[in-house]
Amino acid sequence: MKTFDYARADSIADAVAAGGRFIAGGTNLLDLMKLQVETPDKLVDISRLDLNRIEERADGGLTIGALVPNSDLAADPRVIAKYEVLSRALLAGASGQLRNKATTGGNLLQRTRCYYFYDTAAGCNKRAPGSGCEAIGGFNRIHAILGTSDQCIATHPGDMPVAMRALDAVIVTQAPGGDKRRIAIGDFYRLPGDTPEVENVLQPGELITHVELPAPPAGRQLYRKVRDRASYAFALVSVAGVVAMEDGKIASAALAFGGLAHMPWRDPAVEAVLVGQAPSDAAFAAAADALLAGAKGFGTNDFKIPLARRVLTACLKELTR
Amino acid sequence: MTEQAIDSGERPAILARAQQKVLGAPLPRVEGPLKVTGAATYAFEQAPAGTAYAAVVGAPAGAGRVTAIDDAAALALPGVVAVIHDDPRIPAGEGNSRAMPAQGTDRIFHHGQPVAVVVAETQAAAREGASLVRVHADPAPGRFDMETQPVRRDHKLGFLPAIEIGDVDAAIAAAPVVFDEHYATPVHFPAALEPHASTVWFDGEVLTVRSSNQVIGGARETIAKAMGLPAERVRVLAPYVGGGFGGKTGVGPEVILAAIAAERLGRPVKVALPRRDTAYLVHHRSATVQQVRIGCDHDGVITAFEHTGTAAQNDDGGFLEPIPFGSLPLYGGANRRFRTDLVRLDLPATGAVRAPGEAIGTFAVECAMDELAERLGIDPIELRRRNEPDRDPTNGKPFSTRRLTDCYDEGARRFGWPDRVPAPGSVRDGEWLVGIGMAAALRGNFTVEASASVRLGADGRATVACDMTDIGTGTYTILAQTVAEVLGLDPAQVDVRLGDTDLPRSAGSGGSFGAGSAASAAVLACEDIVVELARRMNASPDELVLADGRASADGRDATLVELLRGEAIEAMGKSSPGAQAKKTSQASHGAHFAEVAVNAVTGEVRVRRMLGVFDVGRVLNRATAANQIVGGMVWGVSYALGEAAVVDTRSGRFVNPDFGEYHVAVNADVPQIECHFIEEIDDAANQAGAKGVGELGISGAGAAVVNAIYNATGIRVRDVPVTLDTLLDGLPPV
Repeated sequence: MKTFDYARADSIADAVAAGGRFIAGGTNLLDLMKLQVETPDKLVDISRLDLNRIEERADGGLTIGALVPNSDLAADPRVIAKYEVLSRALLAGASGQLRNKATTGGNLLQRTRCYYFYDTAAGCNKRAPGSGCEAIGGFNRIHAILGTSDQCIATHPGDMPVAMRALDAVIVTQAPGGDKRRIAIGDFYRLPGDTPEVENVLQPGELITHVELPAPPAGRQLYRKVRDRASYAFALVSVAGVVAMEDGKIASAALAFGGLAHMPWRDPAVEAVLVGQAPSDAAFAAAADALLAGAKGFGTNDFKIPLARRVLTACLKELTR
Repeated sequence: MTEQAIDSGERPAILARAQQKVLGAPLPRVEGPLKVTGAATYAFEQAPAGTAYAAVVGAPAGAGRVTAIDDAAALALPGVVAVIHDDPRIPAGEGNSRAMPAQGTDRIFHHGQPVAVVVAETQAAAREGASLVRVHADPAPGRFDMETQPVRRDHKLGFLPAIEIGDVDAAIAAAPVVFDEHYATPVHFPAALEPHASTVWFDGEVLTVRSSNQVIGGARETIAKAMGLPAERVRVLAPYVGGGFGGKTGVGPEVILAAIAAERLGRPVKVALPRRDTAYLVHHRSATVQQVRIGCDHDGVITAFEHTGTAAQNDDGGFLEPIPFGSLPLYGGANRRFRTDLVRLDLPATGAVRAPGEAIGTFAVECAMDELAERLGIDPIELRRRNEPDRDPTNGKPFSTRRLTDCYDEGARRFGWPDRVPAPGSVRDGEWLVGIGMAAALRGNFTVEASASVRLGADGRATVACDMTDIGTGTYTILAQTVAEVLGLDPAQVDVRLGDTDLPRSAGSGGSFGAGSAASAAVLACEDIVVELARRMNASPDELVLADGRASADGRDATLVELLRGEAIEAMGKSSPGAQAKKTSQASHGAHFAEVAVNAVTGEVRVRRMLGVFDVGRVLNRATAANQIVGGMVWGVSYALGEAAVVDTRSGRFVNPDFGEYHVAVNADVPQIECHFIEEIDDAANQAGAKGVGELGISGAGAAVVNAIYNATGIRVRDVPVTLDTLLDGLPPV
């Protein structure tokens, strides 16, 4: 670990003015610092800020403080009752101990688990821009098949953000000058392109303060995570789905995917194929075709293409049952 | 002093007559309260005054030479005390008492090979300093890919020579049924939870090393050799060890680096390896490619049995995974071939990890027997029974004890094996395909010379002492039980001292030989005490009865305290391998049964239940023995389903050297596991009558899981781990 300065913020204004990397639960950042994958000069501890409440809004939605622990969010009765997909996604992640420490804001910013990102002796454009990507041509079993670039094929490893993407969450931030922004989660993450080190649209010093969930969606919800062991493993493929039926046809569908891309993936074309259709093998196959039209495997992750097809099909059967 | 080689195969009389009835009882770990309260201190937990901290700097290439080391930036870091890279004793890798690694070399044998040590006032400064040392290398093309390197048959590595009996090729050519398949297993890390850690200081002239080590008697010799000291000037302490799994049987290079630093600085030095460094500084189990060829008749009676394989070692290492070792005595067949071939790679050393040979060798053979049974249309247990030999089919010796078929029978009954549907892919439970499988377990039994002292104090309490370690296995407890049994005491009246090379030398924890060897030495040590007590009772030792702190003979009765008359009795015992090891074939045996469910959509595998029945000779403690067996079965689940260290063949670096991506089984992967014993005391094994336990549980366990996956799905995977992608193509449509 590289020596760093530490400051504790007493207010949001203090935090954004402090100039440093924010730390709350530290479940990801501290690990990366010990490996010198992350080498911040200064940590700003935001864990004492008053951002740990879940509040109902007049429009029926919820406003979630950025410091609400994953465990609390997963166990909130309103979340369980109305945003089941989110509760299930949270409980599919990490372990009990980690969920107690991990926060809502931090979990949105969890960094990739790419093996080569973690190995400081390896070329990695995300960790050290310009040093190459050893995952391409290397062992890439957990890597992306959608939205990749020739600079980076890493995935976003999270579960919670996948559910939030299906729920059209809005990320609320405050910038160093005090300006607040509301960013749709669909606009929050970036694909790797030529700058895989830039993972989202946050500006330097900008702090996530809340996440807003819109009013609960109609229909059935599920989160299905496929992984290499029964617990404590990242998604090879995950699906967060919300589907409403009317008169035997799919009235609306929101489908987000983990494990496939540099961000929680959502493709309007997949949903467009489904809406208005009666559930059928043909409709589900068309949805999978739409999802995977641009999919590209890199060798050891080729299996994700048929796996994603199978899992999406099974999820759609369950959601339209 | 009672010294006895294991020659006669007779049970020591004092053990045969013992009546305390505590040996074998499921006594809770005697050191348990110390561990759960944190009072049991491990290697890294104490810091003598003035302790400095060390961090290892590794080579930045997988092959080639180190040309220069620039330590200026590290030395400039506040807190850094020294950067040492000029000492000719710096080892290139891990050592054990039989083989020292190269020392003081500029040659790079593998990526991460230690080339320097940074010493600082804090661990943080040492590790940051290590990251600032610039190691310049002249890299050479490395050999990192086992598949592309030449296979050598004419090598001298390993303890198991090639074996040829009869004419295997002719017998296979003549056989009505021929089975011939290849299997593969990946690199396994030992993966002990406690870090590889040491605290090193000079106590006057004596280099004292408090270390997380399984075999401290050997470690003492290795450290002395590496440091250029006489063994008397080295003391190794390891009172508590948080798991070893073979990875702590030798002396890690960090120990020698810390000792060099302690000597140069005149200060105590502590070192603990970060998890990722253990991949490079601790040995691993080689990946293997194996071939099983069997010739048999239509009834499954084997006429030719061949188990060969290839394992890797680097140019500095002297170990070779004895791939077919467990197969030697397992099944009959007049014509036999066993061999391990060698591939040289520029990777960290391979070494003993969790049942070297048997863990991965029985995987191949036990899957092969399952496959052969199906081809023949014979029940897998019946096929094994038809090939159960009445003496060791490889060396012709009688078995000391062998209850393998009883393990099959008892396991089949308890598990419900007769209800199995033989046709694969037949049983479905919602989205899950369900199957069951079984496999035999076999682990060769070893006995190692071991001494112990026993002191019966004037207060009637006993102390047993030796340099044995307890690596979470139960040594403290079984030695208390052994001495209590023979001296007629409550185990709570027996104190156990372990983990100090100043104590009589024992076997250490490795090869599953620790418990039997150490307990035998303790029994022998008690002999002189019993003789003396008998003398004081005016009785012959044969008529003396010791129980509940009292001695009785021929109607006379006295308390031990009365007999001791205010003075302690001390005695030593030493057990050593003897004629029985040459006359008999010795092994522990067992049968594993597993039920798995495979998700028909995703290929995810969940083990639903496991059960095993085991023949381990005398069970010294039913709880700690079962604990070890069940742990081994968990490792079987692990290597069947997840465990695989991946080498990037471009760089010679490990892709996944941490618990995030090196997938050992977690709690959610582990089902209900039952362990039962068929107990037959094996007097040929050692004086305690106990065969090896620790490594038996993993042997065959993974094969039972893989065979169950086949029964569930009809998909035969011969290359573990069985991750979901290996099953995906064979699953039914969604």
